[in-house]
Amino acid sequence: MNLEEIKSEIEANVPGCRLEIIPNGSPSGQHSLLIDADHAFAVSSYLRDATNRQFDYCSNVTGIDWPIKEISTKVKTKKIVDGMEKDVDEVVKTQTGGYLEAVYHLFSVEQRQGPLVLRMRTEDRTERVHLPSLTPLWRSAEYQEREIFDLFGIVFDGHPDLRRLLMWEGFEDHPMRRDYVDPDDYEYEPTAHDEVLKRAQAHQAAEGGL
Amino acid sequence: MSILTETPIDLVPGPSSDRSEGQLLEVSMGPQHPSTHGVFRMDVTLDGEKVVKLKPVFGYLHRNHEKIAETESYLGCMPYTDRLDYICSITNNWAYALAVEKLAGIQVPERAEYLRIITGELTRLQNHAGLVGFLMQDMGASGTPLMYAFREREKVLDLFEALTGARMMCNYMRFGGCRVDVPANWLQQAQKVIDGFPQFLDEFENLLTSNEILMARTQGVGVVTREQAINAGISGPMARASGVNYDLRKVDKYGIYDRFSFRVPLGEHGDVYDRYMLRALEMRESIEILKQAMRDLPAGPIMDPNTKIRGFRPKAGEAYGRIEGPKGELGFYLISDGTASPYRYRVRPPSLINLTLLEDMCLGQNVADIVIILGSVDIVLGEVDR
Amino acid sequence: MDEQLKSELRRQGVVATSLQELYNWGRRSSLWPLNFGLACCAIEMIAATMARYDLARFGAEVFRPSPRQADLMIVAGTVTKKMAPQVVRLYNQMPEPKYVISMGACAISGGPFKQGYNVLKGIDRYIPVDVYIPGCPPRPEALIDAFLMLQKKIDEQYLTGPNRPRHLNADLPSEFVVPEFSAHDLVPTQNSEVWKAPLVNISIAGKNESGRN
Repeated sequence: MNLEEIKSEIEANVPGCRLEIIPNGSPSGQHSLLIDADHAFAVSSYLRDATNRQFDYCSNVTGIDWPIKEISTKVKTKKIVDGMEKDVDEVVKTQTGGYLEAVYHLFSVEQRQGPLVLRMRTEDRTERVHLPSLTPLWRSAEYQEREIFDLFGIVFDGHPDLRRLLMWEGFEDHPMRRDYVDPDDYEYEPTAHDEVLKRAQAHQAAEGGL
Repeated sequence: MSILTETPIDLVPGPSSDRSEGQLLEVSMGPQHPSTHGVFRMDVTLDGEKVVKLKPVFGYLHRNHEKIAETESYLGCMPYTDRLDYICSITNNWAYALAVEKLAGIQVPERAEYLRIITGELTRLQNHAGLVGFLMQDMGASGTPLMYAFREREKVLDLFEALTGARMMCNYMRFGGCRVDVPANWLQQAQKVIDGFPQFLDEFENLLTSNEILMARTQGVGVVTREQAINAGISGPMARASGVNYDLRKVDKYGIYDRFSFRVPLGEHGDVYDRYMLRALEMRESIEILKQAMRDLPAGPIMDPNTKIRGFRPKAGEAYGRIEGPKGELGFYLISDGTASPYRYRVRPPSLINLTLLEDMCLGQNVADIVIILGSVDIVLGEVDR
Repeated sequence: MDEQLKSELRRQGVVATSLQELYNWGRRSSLWPLNFGLACCAIEMIAATMARYDLARFGAEVFRPSPRQADLMIVAGTVTKKMAPQVVRLYNQMPEPKYVISMGACAISGGPFKQGYNVLKGIDRYIPVDVYIPGCPPRPEALIDAFLMLQKKIDEQYLTGPNRPRHLNADLPSEFVVPEFSAHDLVPTQNSEVWKAPLVNISIAGKNESGRN
């Protein structure tokens, strides 16, 4: 199963879609295909229905939170310092992340192929968190998309029954996000260490100490 | 003379749409309900005895496994996997170890692969036996089949305890092998359990398989078609009961499953009876695998010597590893950012996804069939809610 | 009546007892647990009732599906925040006298899942617990031990006097506050009549920890 082949095949069959192959650095070699939200439904239904692909089994659907992260990389540049050309290390700051991601693992039961990893990204992490739901194509995504809505806060347009799955109705946070802070119930931590110790000490300080 | 034929016509209820408003009864089954498998709740709407709507409610055992894993080391996540599907801890270990091995490119020595298969198939045996027991319990066969099943389960658990030190939470596998080698005399004891298992199965099936009550209660109940099953991501015995020929032991051939000869039983009708029957047949195939594995078990190391267990930091990247667990496709999706703990750790829970069709299966059935259908799906709440 | 005389009489075929003993004997010998499992520990609880461990020997095999018929609640497994109101409500629905066994690390303190955002750090924050059994999960033998311990506890209760148990004292509550869901957490997060945070000097614990590091 060649991802490049699939990519060009989809581009030929779904006009206007923007695809990108996201390489995977691990030895597993499971590279993934980033699809744009506008054409995600068309691309997915092509993958499901094309007779040479038949990705009829959507196994795993999950969300990932990528908060904005600054990466500083050192770049060697040539600069003229005091009239002399020198190699100078310059720190270049680049920003990555700042979006939520939904990942779909597709397999083909008929052709015994897979996994084909699809990714979709929201525009940011707060306001524009809408993605198209793929539940109308694969029902297996129904509960998993609800779970992502619950824990990550991605809103799936076109989902038949988008409610919280695991937390109660009326809960307001999205706890699987990286910046979620859990409620302060650190009053009794007999074996506290690391992060928990800090929280417990903070709690004790707020209560007025021992 | 039959009483039924003399029922006056005006007492026969009309179609449900003719009924006035307020005739429907809403029942909340669970989360404390003797027939729900754990803390699971179903909001059921009934028209008389018939189910017209069913909405499952999850989350009563949502223990934040995935969030906790993001702060644990890779090895530290292993004991948590035991508690996912707490009946089959060893297969959970296996799925996680397999995913990490894919992520970091670790090889597993041959003896460890064999030990994985032996312990994994023993897990499948005790899971399926327990499941059939619980299913009969749901059907009203109070106690007896479950007692038989637990009698066998205890024998398997004794083996696990001798091998790993714990009955249920075995924490047995490591990336690149297994934690401990078998103690003296363990293989002989295991052989005894394996040799004795068919006898139990015969006894069990004698009591159940052609039992008239079982057939009347389960045949044609909770039907799932092949197309529905694939589209809804149903996996494992439940999918195969609907005729989906998809067993990851054959498809992915993970580990060394390609060395064993075994058959994949398939159902025809996709009803509760087929799901029961499929488990009974799968247990027999597992025994075949176990016999071959016990015969061929080679000597050698059980851990890959190059694997670093402490301070394990895989390269940045991601991997999805899956195995054929007793409940279905158990997958782990891991993302590494190069640090000691996973950036994202996702469990693909077969129990949760197999419940996708619960409402479809129950619609139009009697209220008493709900618990049977739920029982035949084989769920463990630790895995459904994680 | 002193014990020696009593055992002497018993040897002669005369049973002498007090009302208190009879009452306690009756209660301790037929504890009916609520048919109620939460997580992993429930499987060991079931194993304890099965043929090998046979909980029936201690008069406790009758698992009742309804809280109205039960007098013992075995909290077997992780209590999540979503489940906690239901657990307290079930406890409130049980008639007095009622007892609670907190089975396993999770029910005691949250156990391995303690730091989870949806995990309650011990059921004793909302309801009083009689016996705690550690373990993850505790073996069936441990559950049997908890039963024996509870029976011993019942045996030692007085019918009258200031130390009489809760169900004989009309002034003490038999129902407890059921927590409610809110936007971020349960409200209240604990029942201060039942549970107070034990004093732990965290700064010292921290010093030890940094010393180890």
